[in-house]
Amino acid sequence: MGAIGEGLRRVLELDRELWHIVALSLEVSLSAVVIATALGLPLGAVLAVKRFPGRRTIIVLLNALMGLPPVVVGLLIYLLLSRAGPLGELGLLFTPGAMIIAQSVLVLPIIAALARQALEDAWREYEEQLRSLGAREFAAAVTLIWDARFSLVTAVLAGLGRAAAEVGAVMIVGGNIDGVTRVMTTAIALETSKGDLPLALGLGFVLITLVLLLNAAAQLVKETAERRFG
Amino acid sequence: MAASILPLVLENVGYAPRGEPLIAGVSLEIAAGPSTIILGANGAGKSVLMRLMHGLLPPSSGRVRWSESDAASLRRRQAMVFQRPVMLRRSALANVIYAMKLANIRAGERESQALAALDEVGLRHLAHRPARVLSGGEQQRLALARAWALHPEVLFLDEPTANLDPAAVREIERIIKAFDAAGTKIVMATHNLGQARRLGDEVIYLQAGRVMERAPIASFFARPATAEAAAFMKGELPWV
Repeated sequence: MGAIGEGLRRVLELDRELWHIVALSLEVSLSAVVIATALGLPLGAVLAVKRFPGRRTIIVLLNALMGLPPVVVGLLIYLLLSRAGPLGELGLLFTPGAMIIAQSVLVLPIIAALARQALEDAWREYEEQLRSLGAREFAAAVTLIWDARFSLVTAVLAGLGRAAAEVGAVMIVGGNIDGVTRVMTTAIALETSKGDLPLALGLGFVLITLVLLLNAAAQLVKETAERRFG
Repeated sequence: MAASILPLVLENVGYAPRGEPLIAGVSLEIAAGPSTIILGANGAGKSVLMRLMHGLLPPSSGRVRWSESDAASLRRRQAMVFQRPVMLRRSALANVIYAMKLANIRAGERESQALAALDEVGLRHLAHRPARVLSGGEQQRLALARAWALHPEVLFLDEPTANLDPAAVREIERIIKAFDAAGTKIVMATHNLGQARRLGDEVIYLQAGRVMERAPIASFFARPATAEAAAFMKGELPWV
């Protein structure tokens, strides 16, 4: 407990620098989750509603990609964005933009796979009714996403947890540059390797608190809404 | 008004998923007018037959033919109410409007017509209540309001009162009669003889996926032509 208290005191001493790190962490992870949600929910809905050759292969692939090692994603994005890489001209390497791309890639399979599962369950319940009412596939998919919105919160939260917790990808493509691409997880890794354990611990405590607050807020919204709409 | 989508003609229709026949050799003509009851024990194939008629299942053999060939128009001019109503996570009113939107009913007319439909089933006071928190009977009435707002030419009902209490059953039967009075052709599956007699003009008796007998309601109950139908009625009303 003493170490955490000491860590927290040190964290608060960092003030401006610390808040920059916290803000950047949130910015990167939330942006990645927004992008992955925008792509992942439609992808999950298509997989839930449409029957086409190769569908099962994609589902297996997506499920496997949920466990994608962040360092490997980081490495691949690094190769794509490095000066000699195919997207090198964009000059994104070692910027927050690169970190957002890497985390989006990491989070997308999680959100898409979990959304697919939730939407497929909803589809089983709704299919006959929606087809009877004359809903085509696109309209049905939109209806499903809206109607399963409370279960989809869980999928998005899982994605957010993954983004907030990972260190490997942002470390490689961001470079942990002080004041530019340093986020909470890379800062923790750095302080640990420097031997400043109390500060690392304090940062870790802040990170966990943030994730906890976000999840609690989302859960609260979900439960009140579920009670209201059944 | 365009020509009617009826009669509906089934030509030697069979349905056999994974080679197991659930419906076999059914040839029927369903014409406008009399309310048709599809009667049979659980597992006789009533629900499957209704889904084949409504186009939710493709026949494995034979043909299901309507007088209208345009699929979208056909879809809009028939409706189905299922045994377990499926309500969307939104208000009762929004559930009705949703169906009207899919049926291409003009936006300006939707709300007033939806409210009128809710009025018809006695749910107007619950219009803004989330549909999924309504009771089972209320949800089934909402499903009927959703169908009512579409003014279908044909309404399929698959055991609409199973699992409901007597008061709810009475209310739903009243609404089904209102559909009939408004000129909608009723095709209803049930295994309840009293309900068949209260709502039907003719009976199609189904057993093991085959049509055993088709008769006007009065003569069917007075003297079924087949031993199978007679045995079914004896089973349903063992005190007779």
